[in-house]
Amino acid sequence: MSTRLRIGFIPLVDAAALIVAVECGFTAAEGLDVSLVREVSWSNVRDKLNIGLFDAAHMLSPMAIASSLGIGHLRVPLIAPFNLGLNGNAITVSEPLYAAILAHADGDITDPGVSARALARIAAERKTAGEDQLTFGITFPFSNHNYQTRFWMAVGGIDPDEDVSLVVLPPPYMVESLQSGQIDGYCVGAPWNSVAVGQGIGRILHFGCAIMARASEKVLAVRERWADKNRDTLDALLRGLARAAAFVEDAGNRADVARMVAARLDVADGIIARTLAGDLQIAVDGSTRSSDRYLIIGRDGAGRPDTVQAAWIYAQMVRWRQTPYSDALLNDARAVFRPDLYDAALGLQASPAGSLPPDGIGCFSGPAFDPADVCGHLAAWPKRPAARPRLSVVR
Amino acid sequence: MAEFRKDAATARAPSADGARDASLKILIVDESPIRAAILADGLREAGFLLVERLAETRNLLDRIYTIDPDVILIDLENPNRDTLEQMFQMSRAVRRPVAMFVDHSDRASIQAAVDAGVSAYIVGDLKKERVTSILDLCISRFNAFSRLQAELESAKDALAERKVIDRAKGLLMKAKGLSEEGAYALLRKTAMNENKKIVDIAQSVVTAAELFK
Repeated sequence: MSTRLRIGFIPLVDAAALIVAVECGFTAAEGLDVSLVREVSWSNVRDKLNIGLFDAAHMLSPMAIASSLGIGHLRVPLIAPFNLGLNGNAITVSEPLYAAILAHADGDITDPGVSARALARIAAERKTAGEDQLTFGITFPFSNHNYQTRFWMAVGGIDPDEDVSLVVLPPPYMVESLQSGQIDGYCVGAPWNSVAVGQGIGRILHFGCAIMARASEKVLAVRERWADKNRDTLDALLRGLARAAAFVEDAGNRADVARMVAARLDVADGIIARTLAGDLQIAVDGSTRSSDRYLIIGRDGAGRPDTVQAAWIYAQMVRWRQTPYSDALLNDARAVFRPDLYDAALGLQASPAGSLPPDGIGCFSGPAFDPADVCGHLAAWPKRPAARPRLSVVR
Repeated sequence: MAEFRKDAATARAPSADGARDASLKILIVDESPIRAAILADGLREAGFLLVERLAETRNLLDRIYTIDPDVILIDLENPNRDTLEQMFQMSRAVRRPVAMFVDHSDRASIQAAVDAGVSAYIVGDLKKERVTSILDLCISRFNAFSRLQAELESAKDALAERKVIDRAKGLLMKAKGLSEEGAYALLRKTAMNENKKIVDIAQSVVTAAELFK
């Protein structure tokens, strides 16, 4: 008799471990009958998990922390015993903005510091000329898309709350909004950057891993109470996911994985295969960029939740004034990520850590991150005005 | 552009006899015109006269500010929920009840959602009778939240006022050799004569004493 589980996911490539675990029968082999439920919004994923319509969910790592801390929504303690993906985002800009960045650059624009400074000059010129602010799409307030975009811009001297508009858009609407000129760029996960490039609407400016070498992007989230009551089921699920994550990373399986993921996402196999390989077309002229860090699912210890990542995410929430700082909140944020449960379920078969950045994060600029001194880390950045966040509105 | 100006506490709940405040402005965001129409009819029958529908969700936030609704009902399958979340997150002045509709529903799950403290209200098919109960739930929860906030604020204010009055009484007792009752009576009499609040007179006494130091 197998245990039935309902697991929510958003159609993105970093749901691959979940999809493969079900399609290849890895969860069935663990005695689990998993139904994957495709969702249309992160809000839905969170709410359906919170009220028990889902047993587990594919979730933005910052969202699991926000829900547990009760930021921006009612507090429901969630835990993340498995990391479904590291990295995988990219910043895409419209062709006109790309041309402007090139024209304003003081160096090689594949360097995010150079592109950010160019962007700051463009934003300042627009302000002087009385033109509309640059507008960038992000996927959710509590997301790496938000934090990475802000981190990048701030390095160039932009105040993301004052000098540009950041608007939340559902990923499938990003490409259309870029085409219509409602937004000038966006930060989103695969495959939505490649889709804009494929249609000649935008260019991939930076991979997310060029901003942060290692970022916990999506986790498997479950309610803390559910985990307490269903430890055997959770352990079985984690074993199935670990097997699936390793399967995804085996290049010999790539065609099969791309087919399974593409079927669940309703996109072409080819884009998925290139995403998994970290080899993306970045412009309509066919030029490409590659990185073995673009999306990491089952190697470099990716599956094991890292509390340093949780601390970094909390630090971003404080930096961008989503929540005040307190030692207690920092500890609560770190406690959302549960490497202990991962270890208990998987024992020593945890995949070995690969080439980790020294501080576990590897941002392209600024001081190394020290989870024991979040305040000191935040103080290293220019002091920001105490004004309240301005409400962003889609033009 | 219109903004949400009304204070959170001004959202109105149904009165005790079941009559609804017709001036509650309700916005329905739903790409399905039929479902939106069923919902709007149900609301109008229940006495809500200001019901607006948005099918086109481009520039969603802009449109919402212009309409300035008291309640937003959004279909759970609408991807724009995430855009709405940004509104609730970025602007703390905007704290509106948001009800949501999903397909799976029974009494127990509604109860469970409420017990869990989740601002999600779940209905099955959109039967008109249930719309009202959703809204009642939605509003009562919202008001409970506002009430708690208002109580907290007024408790804080009361505490601050009492401190000022106590300080003023102490100063008067010392300066004029009055008893505590005598000092309070003097404050009260002065307040009545000048048509001001006792706390205002007490504050003047405290300020004056600071100047004479």
